[in-house]
Amino acid sequence: MLKRMNHPAWFILPYWILFSLFIIIPVVIAMGLSFTYFNSIQAPRYIGVTNYIELITMDNIFMQNVLPNTVKFALIVGPIGYLLSFLLAWMLAQIPQKPRTVLAIILYSPSLTMGVAMASMWRIIFSGDANGYLNSWLLNWGVILEPIQFLQSPQYLMNIMIIVSLWSSMGVGFLAMLAGVLNIDQTLYEAAYIDGIKNRTQEIFYITIPQMRPQMLFGAVMAVVGTFQAGGIGVALSGSNPTPQYAGQLIVNHIEDFGFIRYAMGYASAISVVLLALVYMLSKVTQKILGERD
Amino acid sequence: MASFQGTKINPTSFHRSQLTFYAFLIPLSILMLLPILFIINHAFKPISELFAYPPAFFVKNPTMNNFTELARISSGSGIPFSRYLINSLLITSIGVFFAITITALSAYGLSKLHFKGKKALFEINTLALMFVPIAVQIPRYLVIARMGIIDTYLAHILPVVVMPVAMFLIKQFIDQTPNELIESAKIDGASEMQIFYHIIVPIVSPAIATVGILAFQAIWNDTSTSTIFITDESKRTLAFYMMSLTSSVGNNIAGQGMAAAASLIMFIPNLVLFVFLQSKVMNTMAHSGIK
Repeated sequence: MLKRMNHPAWFILPYWILFSLFIIIPVVIAMGLSFTYFNSIQAPRYIGVTNYIELITMDNIFMQNVLPNTVKFALIVGPIGYLLSFLLAWMLAQIPQKPRTVLAIILYSPSLTMGVAMASMWRIIFSGDANGYLNSWLLNWGVILEPIQFLQSPQYLMNIMIIVSLWSSMGVGFLAMLAGVLNIDQTLYEAAYIDGIKNRTQEIFYITIPQMRPQMLFGAVMAVVGTFQAGGIGVALSGSNPTPQYAGQLIVNHIEDFGFIRYAMGYASAISVVLLALVYMLSKVTQKILGERD
Repeated sequence: MASFQGTKINPTSFHRSQLTFYAFLIPLSILMLLPILFIINHAFKPISELFAYPPAFFVKNPTMNNFTELARISSGSGIPFSRYLINSLLITSIGVFFAITITALSAYGLSKLHFKGKKALFEINTLALMFVPIAVQIPRYLVIARMGIIDTYLAHILPVVVMPVAMFLIKQFIDQTPNELIESAKIDGASEMQIFYHIIVPIVSPAIATVGILAFQAIWNDTSTSTIFITDESKRTLAFYMMSLTSSVGNNIAGQGMAAAASLIMFIPNLVLFVFLQSKVMNTMAHSGIK
């Protein structure tokens, strides 16, 4: 049997059939449905770009809360998580292997936790009464006089979402960058010192970053995608969709709100398309900034 | 001023200059570790300590109560804990096997075989690295429904085994293997599939281990397939059960211990697998670059 399997189809088809079924076709359907009115009971009815027009002109919550929230969340968690991944990977590369392995496992382990199950732990830590761990400590130390409703008050929810997401942002991209730093040819550094490089800062900019650019690009894409995938956290933390005063509402939650709670599936699909376009744009912009194929 | 053993990248010994890095890394690692230590402590707290005021971080009299309570509650609801566990083990092991097989086959095809359009396929896959599955849950439901596999194990497995990141990592790894190896096997009369099975798979085993871990994490922790494609409670997974449990009982203090125990049960297999395979993962990640 194995003896006669030479045709590329044996190798290509299994993956690409499933790829088409669960990635390409769904994206195409989402684009198609975004031009329809679809309540999941009657057949979709073509309504042109009405959904997109409504999204931009009539959906106050989207324009005033969801979009600004998503942009704020992405612009903070993405770059900070990414810089932190790079910085930690670079620092880990400067210490011997044994302590490095232990510290790398510790830093990576938050991304191994299951987001939803973890949310219930955060709810205990940030619990709004005096029994909540953070409140109890802050009361004890005299920082605050009465417990704060961390997860139900709009001004705290977003910040907590950002902290929690940063906590688990040392993922695959972080590992890739760590491996990238470690695999840089050592002789390059020696040559650079002979050529007049003086310190570690110059090392980073003249050798480390240019040498590990491919891993940095991979890490950047992972950071952008990870940020948007982590976006559901607000609903899990506050325990309700929509989140209190829409303070933690991100595009992902808005899709669920319209698609699975209100059954406005055509409209939800239009939001999905906007989300995919946003991820794509941000990834491209990051790649441009990092200098693609130079 | 050439560097020497203690001050260069990947040093072999300790040097005073490394203290700066430790001074930053160790406090940060401890900070990152705190929430995980919190779960571990919370999971073993007896009821009295869960209710204690002021709340204490560390457990004083550890007990297994929360774990036994977890099993008791689920059997009370009609579906025993073991049912969810077996579902998850079955789905995860078959899923990981499938994910590895199809991504490795495709990676070999795209890396070493010659056919029209393989560049384009790889470009599409690189584009798909940016794909956010959560955005297309509705169309995915429509596809699954049309295939007639709602409420089957296939609905758990098929959507999650397509992992563009995994395909990407293995392909980059196979690119590193010398073509001469493949050429000489061909002269000996081996078919492409034999070459893949007997030569490539052993060489790329680090990449396969890495993909195995990533697939395990993705499938073991996944709750979306149980939520959207499955209505039969007895076919849902442990991750789903833990999610619904932690969101319902996590709100009262007595249930917090159980929620922590549940989180711990989900977390430990991921951690153990990563600790054992981390050197292979690092080996793979060295080739992860987007060129």
